Amino acid sequence: MKPAAFDYVIADSIDMAVASLAEGGGDAKIIAGGQSLVPMLNFRLLRPSVLIDINRIGDLAFIEEAGKKIRVGALTRHYQLETSPVIARHLPVLASAMTHVAHLAIRNRGTIGGSLSHADPAAELPMMALLLDAELHIASTSGKRTIAARDFFVGALTVDLARDDIVTEIVLPKLPPKTGWGFEEVARRSGDFALAAAAATLTLSAGVISQARIALTGVGATPVRAAEAEALLVGQALEPGLIDRIIDAVRAAIEPDTDLHASSDYRRHLGGVLAGRAVSAAWRRANETAT
Amino acid sequence: MSKTREISVTVNGAVYRRAVEPRLLLADFLRGELGLTGTHVGCEHGVCGACTVMVESDSIRACLMFAVQADGCRVETVEGLAAPGKMNALQAAFHEHHALQCGFCTPGILMSLDIYLRDTPSPTEQDVREFLGGHLCRCTGYEHIVAAVRAVKAKVAPGP
Repeated sequence: MKPAAFDYVIADSIDMAVASLAEGGGDAKIIAGGQSLVPMLNFRLLRPSVLIDINRIGDLAFIEEAGKKIRVGALTRHYQLETSPVIARHLPVLASAMTHVAHLAIRNRGTIGGSLSHADPAAELPMMALLLDAELHIASTSGKRTIAARDFFVGALTVDLARDDIVTEIVLPKLPPKTGWGFEEVARRSGDFALAAAAATLTLSAGVISQARIALTGVGATPVRAAEAEALLVGQALEPGLIDRIIDAVRAAIEPDTDLHASSDYRRHLGGVLAGRAVSAAWRRANETAT
Repeated sequence: MSKTREISVTVNGAVYRRAVEPRLLLADFLRGELGLTGTHVGCEHGVCGACTVMVESDSIRACLMFAVQADGCRVETVEGLAAPGKMNALQAAFHEHHALQCGFCTPGILMSLDIYLRDTPSPTEQDVREFLGGHLCRCTGYEHIVAAVRAVKAKVAPGP
């Protein structure tokens, strides 16, 4: 179990990275944290001819406030997101999610840009990007573009990235005032991939919910937003009957796969339960911040 | 065979210069090139934790990093935890509490716990158990490992 031979290029800029990718003609791979890529290389599921290392590019790992948004560099490690005071203050739901990502030694290396580009169907960060209406900045030899997270995830391990595209930055709107959040996950062991996970944010106005966001992972090929359940919440105060309807709406909206870890039915059940808990936690926190 | 690259890595304070293939994993570099066989190779995909070492003071999986990526870096392995023939407090507690049987997982657990206990001065037992989820041990059922951590936390006053 050793990788097939490859040529190794250290990119010292985004321009050099995308030029090397283009030169590789689809046979080159970017390595950032490598926490998903290197296992695939070790198993020889992937045999790229060239590996382009972006770890030494300066200025690609940062967490910065920019008005009502937070800018996160693609090379920012999971552990930096987990422990950043800026994230704790403006996106506490993201800080909470990060504690569920694998183990410390993995979080020390893994990057947000890598996790989003890899798009594992049970990973936390793609779900968080979707929940938080993130925008991804992408560079290529033909220039730069931005794409909303909701358009980025195409299928299992498949995203809207062309051969010479590289994610450079993720922009996340701060949670608005009077917003509560919840994050719930079930995994076999601490640090394992989620069997299912759900996250929610609720924003209050005059005692009722003015904006609701619910996202799930592990329940399909890509992370999903539970749009019907979100719509049920708007204009309402949360009460037990409403939570039951939320759970039903979430279960109706997802089509999980069966695999060796859990059946489709169990994952659908879990998705509902976890979304209900995440919404309840968000309601409680929203009311705490409102008073 | 692809082209080799010259790298210079500081391991446990000593500088090593070698020419390596880019595909050589850091774990195999430490073991095969440097003869530091304390770092164990288990699953080779980041799950078992046996190969955990420190690079620039962060714990990492040495099976998920290439040696060429450690060029210019400081690496610490289990051999560096104490002077030859000596044990640090955590190693002594492992010895005393029988926290290893076959010993295969032990180096990785020691390296992970070394930095974890420095950053987390008073973890609860639940914290320790969750943290150890990143390491597979098939002998001890983790009970003795947790007991060793409890003992070292009780014994050690502030500071290592």
